[in-house]
Amino acid sequence: MAVVVKNENESAKPGLDYLKENFREYGMLMALIAIVVFFLVIVRALLGVDFLSAQNITNLFLQNSYVIIMALGMLLVIVAGHIDLSVGSVAAFVGAISAVMSVNLGLPVYVVVPLCLACGGLIGAAQGYWIAYWRIPSFIVTLAGMLVFRGLTLWLLGGQNIGPFSKGFQSLSTGFIPDLLMVERPNMTALLVVIVASALMVWFGIRSRNRDAAYGIQQEPTGIFYIRNAVMAAALIFVGWKLASFRGLPNVLIVMTVLTVLYAFFTEQTTAGRRIYAIGGNLKAAKLSGINTEKLVFLTFVNMGVLAALAGMIVTARLNSATPKAGVGFELDVIAAVFIGGASMSGGVGKIVGVVIGAFIMGVMNNGMSILGIGIDYQQVIKGLVLLAAVIFDVYNKSK
Amino acid sequence: MAALLEMRGISKVFPGVRALDHVNLSVEPGEIHAICGENGAGKSTLMKVLSGVYPHGTYEGEILYDGAPLANRSISDSESKGIIIIHQELALVPLLSIAENVFLGNEVARNGVINWQEAFQRTEELLKKVGLSEPPSTKVEKLGVGKQQLVEIAKALSKNVRLLILDEPTAALQENDSQKLLDLMLELKAQGITSILISHKLNEISRVADRITILRDGSTVSTLSREEISEERIIRDMVGRDMAHRYPEREPKIGDVLMEVKNWNVWHPEQQHRQMIRDVNFHVRKGEIVGIAGLMGAGRTELAMSIFGGSYGRNISGEVIVNGSRADTSTVARAIDAGIAYVTEDRKGLGLVLEEPILRNISLANLAGIALRGVLNTAQEASVAEGYRKAMAIRTPSVHQKVVNLSGGNQQKVVLSKWLFTDPQVLILDEPTRGIDVGAKFEIYGLMNRMAEEGRGVVMISSEMPELLGMCDRIYVMNEGAFVGELAREDASQERIMSLIVSK
Repeated sequence: MAVVVKNENESAKPGLDYLKENFREYGMLMALIAIVVFFLVIVRALLGVDFLSAQNITNLFLQNSYVIIMALGMLLVIVAGHIDLSVGSVAAFVGAISAVMSVNLGLPVYVVVPLCLACGGLIGAAQGYWIAYWRIPSFIVTLAGMLVFRGLTLWLLGGQNIGPFSKGFQSLSTGFIPDLLMVERPNMTALLVVIVASALMVWFGIRSRNRDAAYGIQQEPTGIFYIRNAVMAAALIFVGWKLASFRGLPNVLIVMTVLTVLYAFFTEQTTAGRRIYAIGGNLKAAKLSGINTEKLVFLTFVNMGVLAALAGMIVTARLNSATPKAGVGFELDVIAAVFIGGASMSGGVGKIVGVVIGAFIMGVMNNGMSILGIGIDYQQVIKGLVLLAAVIFDVYNKSK
Repeated sequence: MAALLEMRGISKVFPGVRALDHVNLSVEPGEIHAICGENGAGKSTLMKVLSGVYPHGTYEGEILYDGAPLANRSISDSESKGIIIIHQELALVPLLSIAENVFLGNEVARNGVINWQEAFQRTEELLKKVGLSEPPSTKVEKLGVGKQQLVEIAKALSKNVRLLILDEPTAALQENDSQKLLDLMLELKAQGITSILISHKLNEISRVADRITILRDGSTVSTLSREEISEERIIRDMVGRDMAHRYPEREPKIGDVLMEVKNWNVWHPEQQHRQMIRDVNFHVRKGEIVGIAGLMGAGRTELAMSIFGGSYGRNISGEVIVNGSRADTSTVARAIDAGIAYVTEDRKGLGLVLEEPILRNISLANLAGIALRGVLNTAQEASVAEGYRKAMAIRTPSVHQKVVNLSGGNQQKVVLSKWLFTDPQVLILDEPTRGIDVGAKFEIYGLMNRMAEEGRGVVMISSEMPELLGMCDRIYVMNEGAFVGELAREDASQERIMSLIVSK
């Protein structure tokens, strides 16, 4: 077996080769763009309205924030080789707790939010304990959790809706960053934030490229790097402009973006993040490499609980009432987003960027199909097929 | 006589590795044809090509069977022509009965409804042929490995086998079971069944084989007839160099005691009263390579893993002393901090994250080494990996390659790199050359010598006695969980080791 075969196609087109190798990541982005363009054209042709109107873009973020926030945690859970079916029920339960605290007890929002996040963490710990230290399959534990917390939600709410909430609590979801520069429209703060964000993105990109180059590491070809950055910056500024000309930046968007950046950094640049990938890739090898696998799995579930709690509050604030039916089926949307985003069922594989794109693919399709007036029945069928197609595409890509 | 099987110019390429390079093999009807070669020589790959595991079109070259071209699309395709392979890892379902296993996938059935009476009756006949007296309703998990092997052969017979391929059938068998199996092969030969026997064991080969084909590094070296078979000749052809030069030279520079293990006792993780390791004492010095010899199940891996952060066993007691002071080895992380590294025998299962690239595997046990306050410096990680790629001669186009695509020898070099990156004082290497081709073995030996020269202590666990004799300065002999002897390099020989094991 000692004969090494030379890589024969030392191609003259490194850019194309690079794209081929990283087909998955760019492919998902292309798919998202294609879907957006598709709806843009169809919605204009059939209804004569702008799919990318300021209002609809704002809606897109508001409607999908909870999926993205939970998908960040779910990615870690799935990368570690587990699953969490309870997130919908946990979100509903914490939403109910927040209602009791906020509406019934009249506690202020800055007390309610941290308490609710802590509740989420405790719930995650309660489930993670059995999974990590007792090796009870996460499917079973969180299936039980799904039933338990749904039941507790019903019990806590007594089968009733609780609301309405104070303005302060509602602003968790429906609030916007006020325009500090006092220009009414367009909202200059929003525009400025977006421009600074794109500049930062490009600057960090260039910095890490330079560092790689200093260590002599192969990297993304220059052309692709600049095209990718230009496209992303343009998209950001376009979205920012649209938002600015409507009501500015939604609070939720800020929370979501900050969390996404944090989790991307955590998964790619920290030892703890790296270890979670190793646990999912080969649990035993990770253990024999000195990694405290139980503790990390436990913390992964605690983290999931906190994010589910946050999502629960956002959903509750958006509906302006806690309802027993809140969050039904959320877990499936979240898990679907993670798998569409390229995570592997068996663990060890998946990226934050992919998950966010996956969530947006689902979200844009939801939104677009609703605008077109496609019935919920067909919507489900189409979403199911998209999930299946994405995973088939993955498996096919891998076996090539 | 026309050959029953003729494989011509077979080549098979995996990503980065040419596993078979124009291999020729000709098997005549009614013979027992042995295939011999070191691990990684391509024996198993060749048989997978023949049996349709790698379907027609995924390899180059042609196969003639019964004079007609053979183009298997799958295993069932080749089985329908009477070519049946019995793999090293048996493919039986432990919770099903013998009869169910024998006819699994080939049930005695009409319209999908199984005729159990006939199935049991036919199983009984088949079992008689292979010399098994168990009732066909016995669950396979109740049988020993030797008997399971016979069930596999009965299964092959049920499919009207013409060419039976046995891949290292005696590897896991006791001596008398092996003898029974070889007798059975001769019996089957008398009934006109042609066999291919893949084996390392030269005494077995010389006992039953009519001809022998030797593979080395993916190519055919020679085909010998019965008269030409001699141990020397086979070894020379297998190894490609004389025995004397199988191990690189080393001038041992042995210093002070580096690690000492005292009164080590370990109990079985599940079975309460079963003691796995009994009062083991040993030490390793700076620059020394110490061997631990023993048969399978002697407890060597259990010993090593229990020392390495209690990764095996329960109620572990005893002391580990590193550099004169007592070391805390209660968790893997602490054992690593104490300067101990353990390179597992199960590279794929326990050593590597196969789907991750080389660089991430190398850094895994020492992420702190490439991080500042928990934040990774991925650029530094790549340059570390690049350094090891050069130092250890890991053959790969890039350190971003997934390790699953590497050959066994290169995978092992990645594992060794990973542990050297933790800068250990003592390396415990468990079967470091298992599943590695000859050339790479030589390189691994060289790397071990280098570790010793750097002043580390090396503990080498191996089931291959020649390797221990060739590499070690001192050899401990282990049997049934206890150390039964210690031999200096000068006094050690295969016979001495065996007699220490047996005399206990």
